[in-house]
Amino acid sequence: MDATQTKDMYTEEFLINMGPQHPSTHGVLSLELKLDGETIRGCTPHIGYLHRSMEKIAENRTFTQFIPFTDRLDYVASMNNNLGYVMAVEKLLNLEISERAKYIRVIIAELNRIASHLIATGTFAQDLGAFATPLFYCFREREKIVEIFDQICGNRLTYNYMRIGGVMADLSGEIIEKIKEFIEYMRPKIDDYDELITYNVIFLARSKHIGVLSKEMAINYSVTGPNLRGSGVKWDLRKDEPYLVYDKLEFDVPVGENGDAWDRYKVRIEEMRQSLRIIEQAIESLPQGDVTVKVGRVHKPSVSETYFRTENPRGELGFYIVGDGSVYPYRLKIRSPSFSNLAVLPELVKDIKVADIVCVLGSFDVLMGEIDR
Amino acid sequence: MKKMRPDEISAIIKSKFPQVTEEAGTNYIIVPKESILEVSQYIKNPPLALDNLHCITGIDRKEKIEVVYTLYSIGEHHGVTLKVNLTLEDLNVASVSAIWKSANWLEREVYDLFGVIFSGHPDLRRILNPYDWQGYPLRKNYSNPDFIAKPRM
Amino acid sequence: MAVIEKIPCAKIIEKVPGGGFFLTTSESILKWGKESSLWPMTFGLACCAIEMIATGAPRFDIDRFGAGVFRASPRQCDVMVVAGTICVKMNDCIRRLYAQMPEPKYVIAMGNCAISGGIFYYDTYSVTKGTESLGINVDVFIPGCPPRPENLLFGLMKLQEKIRNEKNAAR
Repeated sequence: MDATQTKDMYTEEFLINMGPQHPSTHGVLSLELKLDGETIRGCTPHIGYLHRSMEKIAENRTFTQFIPFTDRLDYVASMNNNLGYVMAVEKLLNLEISERAKYIRVIIAELNRIASHLIATGTFAQDLGAFATPLFYCFREREKIVEIFDQICGNRLTYNYMRIGGVMADLSGEIIEKIKEFIEYMRPKIDDYDELITYNVIFLARSKHIGVLSKEMAINYSVTGPNLRGSGVKWDLRKDEPYLVYDKLEFDVPVGENGDAWDRYKVRIEEMRQSLRIIEQAIESLPQGDVTVKVGRVHKPSVSETYFRTENPRGELGFYIVGDGSVYPYRLKIRSPSFSNLAVLPELVKDIKVADIVCVLGSFDVLMGEIDR
Repeated sequence: MKKMRPDEISAIIKSKFPQVTEEAGTNYIIVPKESILEVSQYIKNPPLALDNLHCITGIDRKEKIEVVYTLYSIGEHHGVTLKVNLTLEDLNVASVSAIWKSANWLEREVYDLFGVIFSGHPDLRRILNPYDWQGYPLRKNYSNPDFIAKPRM
Repeated sequence: MAVIEKIPCAKIIEKVPGGGFFLTTSESILKWGKESSLWPMTFGLACCAIEMIATGAPRFDIDRFGAGVFRASPRQCDVMVVAGTICVKMNDCIRRLYAQMPEPKYVIAMGNCAISGGIFYYDTYSVTKGTESLGINVDVFIPGCPPRPENLLFGLMKLQEKIRNEKNAAR
C-alpha cells in the first residue's frame, strides 16, 4: 500500500539512520535513508567515522616509514596497497627493480586478490541471508592464503612486505611448493561456490536486476574495478596500461552484461579463476636473481611530482606524490577506489526496498578504511 | 587508434585556449581559474574524450594553493593533468561536478581539508571531518591542541 | 531477562547450618554461567575487525568458549570488543552504545589503536588516543597490530578468569 492509495490515512516520509554500527555496512558507514514505508526515496551516505588523517601523517614520515600505513588503508588487500605505493615512489625516483622481484610481486599481489575477493563473496552472501555457510567456507580458504603470507613476512593481516626497490624477503622453495599446492586445492573450491551460491534460486531472485549501474554513469562517476567491469566496460589496468610483468602473462578479463549486483559478484568469482592462472604462469617463469636493489635507507627525490595507479581488488588505487628535495614527501594524496565507488550509491537506490540496499552495498564491496583514510 | 602522446594533447588544448600555459619541464597544463569550466567541457568531448576524472588533489604551496585534476580517457587510453593556482585571498573556483559527477565528493574533500570553495557545487559540506570542525587540517600552518607531532630525524 | 544476582534471603540462609556452602556454590554457578556465555557485540571498526571475524571462523572458533553469538544490538550483549581505531567522529556513538548495554557489561580493548591510539598517536588530528580517554572502563587490553586470533582467545580467557575471581556475583 503506497501513499497514493490511501484515502483516509495520512502518510509521510521519515528519516532513518542506518547508523555507523550496523552488522551489514561493512565498516563504520552511516546511511541516512528517507523512507516511504519500506521503499527508499533518498539516501545520503555519511563517512569519516574512520578518518585517521593518513595524508597528514605522510608529511612527517620518510618514504619507507610510510609503508606500514598503506597496509591499514585497504586492510583486506594490504599487499596490493603496498605495491601501489612503492611503485609510485619508484616512479618518482626513476628506480628499476630486478626481474625476480617483479615476478614475486605479481604472485603475491594475485594471491592477495583472491583473499580479498573471498571476503567480498563471503560477506555478500551473508548479507543476503545465507547466514554463515559461505562465510565460513571463504574464511577456510582465506586461512590457507594467510598462512602462506604468515610464513613469508610474519604477519596475518598487515604485511609491510614490499620495499622501495624490491621486496622484503625471498620466496624459498618450500613456500613455492605450498603456493602450488594451494592452487590445486583452490580450483575445485571455486566450482563449489558456483554450485552453492551463484545459481541458487534465492540468490538469483535477490540480486538479479538490483542496483543496475549503466556504462555511462559508471564512467562519469569514475567507478573502477569489478564494479565497472560488471557494467560491461572491458577496462583493466593490468591489460590496458600494464605494469610489472602483466604484459607477459596470459589471462582474460571477465565482463558482466547488465550491471546488476549479480554481475558484479560473478565478475569477482571469475577473477579468482584468472588470478590462479596468473600465479601458475608466474611461478613457472620465475627467474633467479636478487629480490632487492641496493638503495639507501632514506630517499631524497628531486623537486617533482608524479601520479601512479594500480589495479586493486576494489578498483584503481592512485598515489599522487610531491617531492621537495627532502626525505619527507611534501604532499601525498591517496586516491582510493572505494571512495569513488561509494559516491554512486545514492543514484542506484531510488525506489527499492530497505533489504535491497544491503544487497547493493554488499555487491559494491567497499571498505571504510580506504574511504576515510 | 594510436594513443596520443602527452605533448600532442597539450598542443591541442593550447591551440584552442591560448590562455593556458604548460608547467616548465612537465606536461601539466596550468589553466587560469576563470577558464576551467570551458576547458573541461572541451576536453570531455571527442577528439580528446577525457571522460574519467580520476583524482582531484589540493597542494598547499604556502603562498598559493594548487588544485590538480588528473583525467583519463577510457576509450582513447590517454590522460592529462590540469592545474589551477589559487591565491590565499581568493580561494574560489568553479565546480566541475556538472561535467564529471565524480567531482562531487572529490571537491568536497578538497574543501574539507584545504578550505577551497567550489562555486556551483550542489552540496558543499565537510565530508571526512565532523560537520562542525574548525580549521582546515591539511594546510601547512594547521595547529590543534590534540595534535602531537612526531620528532623529526 | 536479567539474571538474579543477589540470592534472595541471603542473610537468613547463612545462619542455617550448611547455608554458607550453599551460597558460595550458587555464586560460583552464577559466575560460571556468566563467563561461559559472553555474547560480544559486532563492533569492528577497522583492521582488527577482520581478525575478530577470523576468530569466529572455523579454524579458531570462538564459539567453543561460548562467545560465538555476535549480536548487533547492544541491548542483547555482554561484552563490547572495541576492535580498531576510534576517531573523533565516532566518540559519541561509542559512549551511547556503551550506555545502552545492560549490566553486567565488560569491555575488551583489542589492538593497539583501541588501547592508546597505536601508530596513529603522532601527527593525527582526528584520532582519540585510546578507549579509556573516552571515560569507559576497560577490563582487558589485548595488544597487537592486529592481535592474532590466538591473542583474542587468550584475552577472552583472561576476562573469564577475571569474572571467576570477582568478589561478589552482583556487579
